[in-house]
Amino acid sequence: MLAYTAKRLLTLIPTLLAASILVFLFVHLIPGDPAAILLGDTATPEEVAQLSAEMGFDRPLYVQYFIWLGNVLQGDLGTSIFFRQPVLSVIGSGAETSILLASMTMIWIILIGLPIGILSATKQGTWIDQITSSGAMLAASIPTFWLGLYLIMIFSVTLGWFPSSGFPSLSDHGGITNLRYLLLPSLTLAAPNAALIVRLVRASMLDVSREDHVRTARAKGLHPTRVAIKHIFRNALIAVAAAFGFTFAALISEAVVTETVFSLPGIGRLVVQSILRRDYPVIQGVILVIVVLYMVVNLAVDLAYARLDPRVSLK
Amino acid sequence: MALLEVQDLEIAVRTKGKLLPVVQGVSFDVDDNETLGIVGESGCGKSLTALAIMGLLGGTTVRITGGNIRFDGMDLLTLSDGERRSIMGNRMAMIFQEPMTSLNPVYRIGDQIIENIRQHQKMTNAQARDRAVELLSLVRIPNPSERVDSFPHQMSGGQRQRVMIAMALSCDPKLLIADEPTTALDVTVQKEVLDLMADLQTRMGTAIVLISHDLGVISETCDKVAVMYRGRVVEAAATENLFTELAHPYTRGLLNSIPVVDSDVDWLEAIPGRVPTLEEELTGCAFHPRCALVTKLCATTVPQEIEYKPGHSVRCHFSGKVAP
Ligand SMILES: Nc1ncnc2c1ncn2[C@@H]1O[C@H](COP(=O)(O)OP(=O)(O)O)[C@@H](O)[C@H]1O
Ligand SMILES: [Mg+2]
Repeated sequence: MLAYTAKRLLTLIPTLLAASILVFLFVHLIPGDPAAILLGDTATPEEVAQLSAEMGFDRPLYVQYFIWLGNVLQGDLGTSIFFRQPVLSVIGSGAETSILLASMTMIWIILIGLPIGILSATKQGTWIDQITSSGAMLAASIPTFWLGLYLIMIFSVTLGWFPSSGFPSLSDHGGITNLRYLLLPSLTLAAPNAALIVRLVRASMLDVSREDHVRTARAKGLHPTRVAIKHIFRNALIAVAAAFGFTFAALISEAVVTETVFSLPGIGRLVVQSILRRDYPVIQGVILVIVVLYMVVNLAVDLAYARLDPRVSLK
Repeated sequence: MALLEVQDLEIAVRTKGKLLPVVQGVSFDVDDNETLGIVGESGCGKSLTALAIMGLLGGTTVRITGGNIRFDGMDLLTLSDGERRSIMGNRMAMIFQEPMTSLNPVYRIGDQIIENIRQHQKMTNAQARDRAVELLSLVRIPNPSERVDSFPHQMSGGQRQRVMIAMALSCDPKLLIADEPTTALDVTVQKEVLDLMADLQTRMGTAIVLISHDLGVISETCDKVAVMYRGRVVEAAATENLFTELAHPYTRGLLNSIPVVDSDVDWLEAIPGRVPTLEEELTGCAFHPRCALVTKLCATTVPQEIEYKPGHSVRCHFSGKVAP
């Protein structure tokens, strides 16, 4: 397992290099002088010329790339034009919110998606299946921003149960109870993805239930619930685990919308604001972080896959 | 009273809103320590009959629509689900045609056997594991104490079928149903598995229902034979009598299609045509479109079961005319 993990990490290097080239070129592919772009519309020609020299924009592109890459490897992602701060610390300030939001969302997806998917599959064709299946269809097709606004209207405005926006840090006054700020956003974010998992669990369980070894399990005289969980669901989980990688990709783009709707000080909102402010170094930095995260998640999915299916050889 | 008594079993399949009969009026008995062979081409209803006995028909498309199944003095069709499950894998066990796919790919074979044992017997995991190793050596798996931790994909088809046999025998069943247990295996492995089953039967006294489309396999291993064609038993007799007093043209055809060793031709005079599908409407004897002895009567009237000789029943209007 360890050797396999190390090997997989090594294979990530070329992908990461390719991604880093794309991210680096991002600023240079926008037509115009990169220094002018970085400084925005209001900059004077003198300021542009000064920054150009400072950043080495007059040197050959590949030299610039290697200098940039060297800085990135040392944790220097550049300086935010808007905040006048290192990009890494700007991203870091949004990290707490985004990580907590993502974790709560993942918990909801698992707590809601798996049991309802199992229920829907084991009660196939009954009214329970009809309700859960159409519920999942609905949840998967509601746009994130609309669901978010709807939840705010019901639970914040009308009932007043949960706050509608913002998120004070867990280290602020309120401590762990501040998580209630993330309840509605995480549910909003979880809904379409949990629905996806429900449909996936249901479909893979129905597939597995037609396999011969399930008949063997029933022939042992096992209770139907045990057959459903230990035999059908356990095998269906292999396909479901593979889908968690895709869910993560969907989660990132939906998180941008959700953080904006709920005014959460996370990385998603930072991206939106940075695009509006043309704060390119920050955008570059966030993209780089997301690429790395995405690869780590996919590696984790692969490892989980190998754990779940003994037929996958770790070579 | 026999260990297993099947009486007038009727099974129907629901297709496009219609209930089509797939098994009709099937009856047979199996005594303790006896082997009944059920033989017939593919699609004749052998597997459905076996699944009905075992209690695995569950589902809405295939249903038992009539008849009785008595096992060990119990009327199986009136038992509750729980009572039925306490018999399955315990006093009655089954092995299947597909050894490659009949074991759960994600669990070690030992754990799959242990699951069966602990479902029906009060044993600790360690005790059940010892028993699993013992069973594996009983079915002649080499190195059983190591192989108990193998996953199914690490074993050959023949070994997997042995594991299935070990699992089926784990609670000392009175009846073992084997649905084409060797069809998917190589010829040499086939013989080993059949010998193993026969050997275990003499040791443990288990009754066996052995299903096959190969009359050769049946003739070597069974005390008596029921020949099925399109959902009905068309001929039934003790094995030795079936071959000497053979009375149904379908049985004749099956016998002719046993491959002859040391011959250039593999299949002698196989029966022309194929088993009609469920959807095909048929009048009279279901075999008449393929029968060499067919007359007008065969096309219009279903032959009744007659006692051709003592202990030898047959469904054919011309049962005396088939050369044994
Ligand atoms: N689940 C099912 N749904 C519909 N038809 C079925 C089903 N199972 C079996 N059949 C049909 O019933 C007939 C008998 O099947 P089976 O008992 O499997 O035959 P055998 O084991 O003798 O080859 C076949 O024509 C088959 O197509
Ligand atoms: Mg069959």
